[in-house]
Amino acid sequence: MEDITPFLLSLLSKPGISGYEESVSEIIADRLRPLVDELTISPLRSLHGLRKAATNERRPTLMIAAHMDAIGLMVKTVNHGFLTITTVGGIDPRVLPGQLVTVHGKKDLPGLVQLMPDRLLNNETASKAPTKNQLFVDTGLTQKELADLVKPGDLISFAQPPFEMTGGYIAGHSLDNRASVAALTLCLEEIKNYNLDCNVVAAATVQEELHGIGAATSTFSVRPDLAFAVDVTFAKGPGSNDYRTFSLGEGPAIGLGANNHPALTQKMTALAEELDIPYFIEAMPTSSGTDGMAMQITANGIPTQVLSMSLRYMHTSVEMTSLKDIARTGRLLARFITDLNPDSFSKLFEEKTL
Amino acid sequence: MKTLLKKLTETASPSGYESAIREVIRAEISSLSTNIKVDALGNLIVTMGKKTDNGLRVMIAAHMDEIGVIVSHVEQTGLVRFSNLGTILPQYLAGSRVVFLNGTRGVINHDLPDDLHKIMPLNKHFIDVGATSGKDCPLKIGDVGVFDRSFVDLGKRVSAKSMDDRVACAVMIETMKIIKNSPHELVFVFSTQEEVQCKGATTAAYEIEPDLGIAVDVTPSLDILGIKMQVDLGKGPAIKVRDMGMMSDPRVVSWMESTAKKNKIAYQLEVLDVGTTDAKAMQISKAGLPSGALSIPCRYVHSPSEVVDMDDVQATVNLLSALLNNPISL
Amino acid sequence: MSPQTKQVLNVGKAQLDLLEELTNANGVSGNEIEIREIIRKKVAPFVDEINVDGMGNLLVIKHAKKPNAIKVMLDAHMDEVGFMIVEEDGDGLYEFEHVGGGDERQFVSKPVSVGSQKLPGVIGSKPIHLASEDEMNAVISQQGMRIDLGPAGKGKAKRGDYAAYATKFIRSGDAIFAKALDNRLGCATLIELLKTAPEHVELLAAFTVQEEIGLRGAKVAAYDFYPQLAIAVDSTPAFDFERPDGNENTQYNCKLGGGPAIYIADRGTLSDPRLIRFLTEVAEENKINYQYRQPGGGGTDAGALHLTRGGVPSVSVSVPGRYAHTAVMLARISDWQDTLNLLQQALEALTPEILSGDRA
Repeated sequence: MEDITPFLLSLLSKPGISGYEESVSEIIADRLRPLVDELTISPLRSLHGLRKAATNERRPTLMIAAHMDAIGLMVKTVNHGFLTITTVGGIDPRVLPGQLVTVHGKKDLPGLVQLMPDRLLNNETASKAPTKNQLFVDTGLTQKELADLVKPGDLISFAQPPFEMTGGYIAGHSLDNRASVAALTLCLEEIKNYNLDCNVVAAATVQEELHGIGAATSTFSVRPDLAFAVDVTFAKGPGSNDYRTFSLGEGPAIGLGANNHPALTQKMTALAEELDIPYFIEAMPTSSGTDGMAMQITANGIPTQVLSMSLRYMHTSVEMTSLKDIARTGRLLARFITDLNPDSFSKLFEEKTL
Repeated sequence: MKTLLKKLTETASPSGYESAIREVIRAEISSLSTNIKVDALGNLIVTMGKKTDNGLRVMIAAHMDEIGVIVSHVEQTGLVRFSNLGTILPQYLAGSRVVFLNGTRGVINHDLPDDLHKIMPLNKHFIDVGATSGKDCPLKIGDVGVFDRSFVDLGKRVSAKSMDDRVACAVMIETMKIIKNSPHELVFVFSTQEEVQCKGATTAAYEIEPDLGIAVDVTPSLDILGIKMQVDLGKGPAIKVRDMGMMSDPRVVSWMESTAKKNKIAYQLEVLDVGTTDAKAMQISKAGLPSGALSIPCRYVHSPSEVVDMDDVQATVNLLSALLNNPISL
Repeated sequence: MSPQTKQVLNVGKAQLDLLEELTNANGVSGNEIEIREIIRKKVAPFVDEINVDGMGNLLVIKHAKKPNAIKVMLDAHMDEVGFMIVEEDGDGLYEFEHVGGGDERQFVSKPVSVGSQKLPGVIGSKPIHLASEDEMNAVISQQGMRIDLGPAGKGKAKRGDYAAYATKFIRSGDAIFAKALDNRLGCATLIELLKTAPEHVELLAAFTVQEEIGLRGAKVAAYDFYPQLAIAVDSTPAFDFERPDGNENTQYNCKLGGGPAIYIADRGTLSDPRLIRFLTEVAEENKINYQYRQPGGGGTDAGALHLTRGGVPSVSVSVPGRYAHTAVMLARISDWQDTLNLLQQALEALTPEILSGDRA
C-alpha cells in the first residue's frame, strides 16, 4: 500500500480553515477520485466519495465522515498597522503569543501574533492569561501597505510546517482532523479491489469545528443506514492524564456512550480483536464532540459510531499523532466495510442492545 | 421610508406573538404578489417571480419579531415580575417603559441593590403598571410586552425601539417594490422568533428549499458594550463575513462585494464576535445551501433607542435589489 | 362538547403500580433499554404499531377509528439523569461522570445500582471525623467521589457501564417519593392515555431517549411522525417554598397541588398560543385544577418538536415535582390525576379547527 505520509504532509501544509476549505479539498478530491465510483460536492462544499455495492439491488449505505476543516484565525480590524483577530473554532488564546502565522490577504503575508504590552493596558493584564482581545498580528507593514493588502474577513493560519518525528510520529497544526482524512483514504485504498456488498460514502466534511454543519447537511442528503465519524481524541501527555486520555500510538479509541450505537461499538471491538489491532474504549457519557453528534440526529435518526485516533496538544500548532494509529484506523474501517452485507447488517440490530 | 419605518417600529410584536406586525407588513406588500402565506410558526412568506433557466430560488429573510418581556408573576403588591423574550440587557431596563399586547403600560425599575454601581439581573427587576395590589393588576402570568418608545426623526439618522429588525423589514418591503424582471424565484420571508434562536427561519427554509439564503438584519456598530467594531454608521451596508453562528459562504461574500462595486455602492465588511442571524438557520437547512447576510449598521442594539442612518438604509435597498434583480453566478 | 362520552381517569392501584415499576427501573440517558422494554410490554396489548428507531426511541401508534383524524403526537422522555463509570480505580472503586443535569452536592452518600446486572454500589464520602475545617467548608467535588462496589466488586464493572440511583418508590398519602419522576410520570401518563385514546384522534406516542442530554431523541422521533400538533408531557420543578427572608416567593416555577402546569414559554419553546388557549378552555370547562408554569428557563422535548420540518404547533404539560435531578423526587398523586384528566379531555375535545387561523 502507498505510503500515506506525503499526502498527509501536503494536507497539513494548507490552511483549509472552517468555511474556507478549498485549499485542502482540492488535494483530497484528487486523491479520492481514483478510489471511488462518484465524487460529488455538497452545497456547503463537503466532498462525498461514493463506492457502490457491486449489485443493482438496494443495499445498506455506510457513511464515514472525516472533517477536513481546521481551526484558525480571521482578521477583525485593520488599524494603525496592526490586525486584531477573531478565532475560527476553539483556539486557546494562551497558545498564540509568539506564534508565526500566515495572513491570507491579496497575497500571503507572514505575521506574528503578539500581546499588547501590559503597561499600555494599565498593567491590569500583567501575569494574567492572554485573552483574545489582547492579541494582535504584526505583519511588519505600515498601515498604508497593510490596508492595500488585507481586509476584515481575511483568514490567518498557523505558519508552522508539518514534520515527521522519529519512530513513526508526525507533528503539524491540523492533524485534527487531517489524520482522519488520511485514515479514511487508507481505508478506501484497502477496499479498492473488493466487490462490496454495501454502499460506502466517504465524506470529507466541512465546518466541523463550527457546529458540525457539514456533517449535518451531508448526512441529510446521503441518508445512510449507518454513520461513522472519524476524528481525533486526547493522548496522554503533560497535564493530560485522566480517563479521557489514551496512550499515543497504542491504537484507535472506539467510542462508547449516548452518541454510539451499542451494536456498532460491540462490532468494532470484535473486529479489532480479530485483526489483532490494539484499541481503547473511549467513554463518551454525553457528547462525543465530533461529527457523530450531528449525524446521529439527522432526519429520523441513524445508528452512529465514533472512532478516534489519539493526539497530543490538540488545537495547537504542534499537534502530534502516530502514523501507525492512522494505518490501524484505516484497516479497521476497511474490515468493517468488507464485513458488511445485508445479513450482517440485519444481525447487527437483532439482539436488543440499544 | 421614514413613514414606513415609523409604522413598523411602533408596532408591538415580541417573539412568539407576531400577529400585529404581520398584519402591518401584509398590508404593505399584499399588492405585490398573489403568493402569500403564513406557516405553522407564523412566518409571512411572499413569493415573487419565477425561476428562469439560470435562475435560483433565493430566500431572503428579515425577522419581524422584536425582543420583549413576558410576565412571570404578579406580586401581592401589584408589581409585576417578568422574564425575557430574546436577549434583554439589564443595563437598559431601569427607567424604561413597556407596553403589553393587552394595552397595559408600565415602567421598569428594580429592587434596591446593595451596591448602587452594580447592574441588577433581570429577576431583580419589576414592572410597575400603577396597580395598588395584585388584585387590581390588569396583567397575568404569560402576558407579553415590548419596549414602549416612539420613533424619533433625528434628520439623517433616526431612532426607535425594534430597529432590530424592523429596519430590515422596511428594506425588504422597499426592495420588493422595485423588483423587476428578476431571473430568480424570490421568496421573501418575514420571519418569526429570530430573537429566540432563529426558529421561524428554520422551519420556513425547510419548506421553501432555497438554493441561496440571504438574511437582512442589523449589526452593532462602534463601541458597544466593549466590543470594538470596524462597522460604523454612514459607511453603507455591511456584508457579513462571519458571526458567532456561521461563516458566510465565501462565494456569497464575493458576489455581494462585486455587485456593490459594480453598482458603486459603498459597503463595509462585517466580522462579528457576538450573535447571529437567520442566515445561520438557512445555511444548515436539509442538505445545506450557500448563505450570507446584509447588515444595516445600528447603534445601541437591543436598547429601547436604536439608531440607524437613513443613507445606509437606502443603500441597503439599492444593494439588495441589485443582487436580486440580476443573474447570480457563485 | 357531548357529556356522555367523557372518560374520567383515576389514579388507582394499577396506575400507582405502573409508576412504581417505571420509577424503580433504570434508564440513564444513552442507556434506555431496560425502561424501554418495560414500556413496550405495557403498551403492546392496546396499540397498533410499535417501532424502535436507530436511537432507541419507542415509537407507538394507535390508529384513529374515524376518518379525517387529527394526527397528534404525545411525547414523554424515558431517560433519567445518572452516572457512567469511566475508570476502574482498584479495590472495587470506580471513577464516574454524571450524565444529564445535576448538582454535585446531591450525589454524596447515596446508593446506586450499576450496570445491566444492577449491582449494588454506593457513592460515599470521607468521614466527618477525618475532614479538616477547610474541607468542611468546601463542596465535595465530583472528581474525588467514587462509585464503590465493595472490595469484591473489583473487575465487576467496566468503563461505559451506567449507574442510576437505587431509590425505591414510596407512597405516603397523596405524596410519592421516587427517583426519575422526571419523567416516568410522563411515560406513565402516555401509557394510560394510549389505553383510553378517543377514536377521532390518530395518536402517535413517542417515548424518547436522551432528552436530558439535548432533546436528541425527540428531534428524530418528531421527524418520523411529523404530526399536526405535539404535546410534550414531562415533570417540572416546584420551588414553592416560603422564602427564608419572608418576602414573597416570585420564582416558584410551579406549585405542588396546583395541578398540571401548562407551559407558556421556557428557554427552548414559545408554546403555540392556540394550544395554550385550548388547554385552558378544556381545564375550565371540565373544572380540572391547573396552573401555568412560570415563563423563563428550563425546557422539554417540545424544544425539538416544534422545529420539525416545516414546523409543528407544540405545547408542554408537566406534573409538578420537587427535587428534579436528585436521588429522590417528590410529587402528588392528585396533580398526576389532574394531568391525566386534562390530557384525556384535551384529546377528546381536539379537532383540526383548533389550529385554523394563524399562530398568534
